[in-house]
Amino acid sequence: MSPNTTIALKVTPADRRVARFAAAAIALTVAEAAIPTPLPGIKPGLANIVVLVVLARYGWREAAWVSLLRVVAGSLLVGQFLAPGFFLSLTGALLSLAVLAFSSRLPQRAFGPVSQSVLAAFAHIGGQVLLARLWLVPHDGVFYLVPAFAVFALFFGIINGLIAARLLRENAP
Amino acid sequence: MKSWLALVKAGDWLVAGLAAIAVALSFPLLWRGGQAERAVIRVDGRIFAEYPLDAPRRIEVPGPLGKTMIEMEPGRARVQSDPGPRQYCVLQGWLARAGAVAICAPNHVSLMLTGQQVSYDSLNY
Repeated sequence: MSPNTTIALKVTPADRRVARFAAAAIALTVAEAAIPTPLPGIKPGLANIVVLVVLARYGWREAAWVSLLRVVAGSLLVGQFLAPGFFLSLTGALLSLAVLAFSSRLPQRAFGPVSQSVLAAFAHIGGQVLLARLWLVPHDGVFYLVPAFAVFALFFGIINGLIAARLLRENAP
Repeated sequence: MKSWLALVKAGDWLVAGLAAIAVALSFPLLWRGGQAERAVIRVDGRIFAEYPLDAPRRIEVPGPLGKTMIEMEPGRARVQSDPGPRQYCVLQGWLARAGAVAICAPNHVSLMLTGQQVSYDSLNY
């Protein structure tokens, strides 16, 4: 190979979309990291709004890309990469993507972004608590926190779902 | 407000409603732990008596200084009176969680609550 060879990677429109949405999600993650929280682990999860919008408009595959890029790049930016918080976040994201893979097949007429958001939020805390129980705090005391987490998951799940639904309606293609 | 409500579909109400029920149920289910079920009374470190906390009872416990009165009610117990000089165990008031202990050291009497699960006790924790 001569030193002047240029390797051009083919960039598809989907790649550009994923990059753009992931950037928006990462920005929200960083902004959110500045908000003080009463309990570690309770966050609004604003980046999930972006994931929901991508899911509704471009399907699960791209939503999964955005979500996972968000977890990796977001943790790099806030200095949490490979720290416990990163693995909690990753587990939560993977589990909510798994749930979204099923819930996005529900009839769209009855189940909108609010349903997806609430289900994903519960999957998110479920994954985190499970990993925390198995790895970080191997004691059932972790489950004492579940009701508190669940209240916030429900609350922010509904709010994020409403915002995603509104964005989808106002920017309908 | 109305424009926001229009974004919620029938299935969304269902999901949110079921989730709210699950959240409400998680409180009694997961926060029940630590409920006291029995009271163990010790004198000089040896078990003097053990009662289930299911009915009101008043127990007189003899110690070297005199009588310590222990009062029980469903789910809780306290040292009602004690001849000790500083009254720490009396001032502790009602104990209601498993593992809680009131010690009347001068009179060598202790009251400890136990529950279903053996958890830490409040002395060694």
